[in-house]
Amino acid sequence: MAYGTSDAHGSHDHHPSGWKRWAYSTNHKDIGTMYLVLAAIGGLVGGLMSWLIRLELSQPGLQYITDLQFYNVLVSAHGLIMVFFFVMPALIGGFGNWIVPLMIGAPDMAFPRMNNISFWLTAGGLVLLLTAGFTAGGPGTGWTVYPPLSSNEYHPGPAVDLAILSLHVGGAGSILGAINFIVTIINMRAPGMTMHRMPLFVWATLVTAFLLVLAMPVLAGGLTMLLTDRNFGTTFFKVAGGGDPILWQHLFWFFGHPEVYIMIIPAFGIVSQIVSTFSRKPVFGYLGMAYAMAAIGVIGFVVWAHHMYSVGLDVNTRAYFVAATMVIAVPTGIKIFSWIATMWGGSIRFDTPMLWACGFIFLFVLGGVTGIQLANAGPDMAWHDTYYVVAHFHYVLSLGAVFGIFGGFYYWFGKMCGRQYSEAAGRVHFWLTFFGVNLLFFPQHFLGMAGMPRRIPDYPDAYSGWNMVSSLGAVVTIVGTLWFLWLVFRTFTAGEKAAANPWGPGATTLEWTVPSPAPFHTFEETPRIAPEPAH
Amino acid sequence: MFKRFAWIGAGAAALAPAGSGPALAAQPLPWQISFQPAASPVMEQIQWFHDFLFWIIVAIALFVLALMCYCAVKFNEKSNPTPSPTTHNTTLEVLWTAIPILILVAISVPSFRLLYFMDRTDKPEMTLKAVSHQWYWSYHYPDHGNLNFTSNMIQAEDLKPGQPRLLAVDNEVVLPVETNIRVLTTSEDVIHNWAVPAFGLKVETVPGRTNESWVRITKEGTYYGQCSELCGLNHGFMPIQVRAVSKQAFAQWTEEAKKKFAANLEPESVRVAQAR
Ligand SMILES: [Cu+2]
Repeated sequence: MAYGTSDAHGSHDHHPSGWKRWAYSTNHKDIGTMYLVLAAIGGLVGGLMSWLIRLELSQPGLQYITDLQFYNVLVSAHGLIMVFFFVMPALIGGFGNWIVPLMIGAPDMAFPRMNNISFWLTAGGLVLLLTAGFTAGGPGTGWTVYPPLSSNEYHPGPAVDLAILSLHVGGAGSILGAINFIVTIINMRAPGMTMHRMPLFVWATLVTAFLLVLAMPVLAGGLTMLLTDRNFGTTFFKVAGGGDPILWQHLFWFFGHPEVYIMIIPAFGIVSQIVSTFSRKPVFGYLGMAYAMAAIGVIGFVVWAHHMYSVGLDVNTRAYFVAATMVIAVPTGIKIFSWIATMWGGSIRFDTPMLWACGFIFLFVLGGVTGIQLANAGPDMAWHDTYYVVAHFHYVLSLGAVFGIFGGFYYWFGKMCGRQYSEAAGRVHFWLTFFGVNLLFFPQHFLGMAGMPRRIPDYPDAYSGWNMVSSLGAVVTIVGTLWFLWLVFRTFTAGEKAAANPWGPGATTLEWTVPSPAPFHTFEETPRIAPEPAH
Repeated sequence: MFKRFAWIGAGAAALAPAGSGPALAAQPLPWQISFQPAASPVMEQIQWFHDFLFWIIVAIALFVLALMCYCAVKFNEKSNPTPSPTTHNTTLEVLWTAIPILILVAISVPSFRLLYFMDRTDKPEMTLKAVSHQWYWSYHYPDHGNLNFTSNMIQAEDLKPGQPRLLAVDNEVVLPVETNIRVLTTSEDVIHNWAVPAFGLKVETVPGRTNESWVRITKEGTYYGQCSELCGLNHGFMPIQVRAVSKQAFAQWTEEAKKKFAANLEPESVRVAQAR
């Protein structure tokens, strides 16, 4: 083996066992595993909420959820949990922790203890949010928490305060984690791995970490203002005291728009690794790919008010946000075409991770082009706050980010647990999910075109047809998810022993040089990356 | 992809009101996949823009799909056992940066034209003010003797035949056709959104602010919309119903309405305080 990996020290020395191994863990792999478990819990809870919503919406009238506040709480908690406690812990905390140190040849993260507290803050955030859901009727504010609806007049009781604290705590965990990634990636790359030779997943994590460090504090500031408005008599967002509810929307979306890139850029990174591996080619236009992500990150900070076209912004302001938003299509296009160019001329194996990556590319394009439509403030008046928007952002997140998560999961599962999943079962999971989510979300474009508003528990009878189809899609997705849980169980109990590199010569990054499962300590001796001709 | 079937949807929409009388009734129809028929110049332009942009995005999506299918067939393990070492092609990279920019410029020209056209009308002939409450609307006609009234959703059990569930209201907004109407909105409590899809109108109602938009209704008929910003428990149950009538009929209606809602015509000071 070319690199120092599981060496003479043995791989299971010097660390606590039992519950202390996990609770006190400072090991990037264990913490990554805990993040993935947290994401699985978050994903199942958030998914369960969306299935309850789809159950209620499967036919007109109020059948299953007659408590309207509870419906609004489901809508709000589904959004918050999926964003903060499923997608982010899976992509950043989970794969980031597990894979980034392995990819750059570092023995661990730069600040292992901070890594531990990042995780437990995030877990605490989920507990607080679930507590909020069962307190004083729950926060029925939408994940956007717009005042005055979220103010103490319209949401008295501690539910919204608990939700705010949840985001504070989870956000603090994210900021600490992001600082850890930035420091690790900048300082702990193996000798020879220049910035321009880092795998794209590392680039993606670095860009994401910068977005987190810059965006999360703005959310925290806004949340604090909301908290003091609610409890200590300030009036930042209250008209009666000279405040302005629209100020919250600016603060929220200044965070909220970068947040969508925080969720999708790590998936970009994963898809880049997978496409390259399974095409047996290096990524096409590597530098363009890396800087496209950086560009998306930068532009992502100056487009926030495209979520607010109908709030009464000045027309010139809206015109600016239209222009800025459309610019994002350019680096995004570079990424899409570079992935295809990576496949072009390749020798492609369509194993399960590659299926998810290809699914990601096409469905992300569908969500991306409806994004171009929505970027236009004029016609957006027809789509704003309708199911068209719901379909759009579920295509980029539920079918984009989540496909990235599953792609990464199948790609690295063997490396993480030491056993290889069944290829046939993985493909069944992919096709069930692909069919299910498209059946679920594609008809929502039609509902949105016809004018169906978001976040309503009942709808005019004319919308019942496509809603029923959409709910059928949710049923297929549930079957796919159960299949996935069974697959994971089978892999742990009866999976074949995973090879160090199950993917062949296309897999060139460092994590494939260590055994599977990756030993507790890796790269105790720093690997040296041979100088390589330009990409 | 949805728009490919839009013609069917539009056809169905055109047929439906023909059967039910001369007036247009813009409300969603079963299995509808496209916009409700336009009843204002703004919505007509939104539809035009959508049709224009739709074919561009369909072309982009099909192009990507075709490329991926080609790769899957031509460059799979079996048909191409030896991968090419190519990782760069400057011409290609410049092209796939430059061509999207050109497409975006082509999109932005009509987009900006539409945006500025929609913003407000220079010559309003009358004003309608919509004020949101949890969970109903009130409407004010400042140019018609301070006429004002509240508008609540009709509960399912009280519906008369022909009134759509969750859309019909007790007191509808009545407006004249072929008139430039300034629409002002504000809110008494939380943020709501006054939306009528057939007019291409969607105006947030924000406490402490007055938002302005406009509409010129081109066809007589009844139009429906729903509150379009999450506003609490009954967010789904505060619809908007607009009946557009001839100018003559509108003048007649205002006189009748002033009698019907005479109790609402309080002294100026009270009214201003209420409308805030
Ligand atoms: Cu409302």
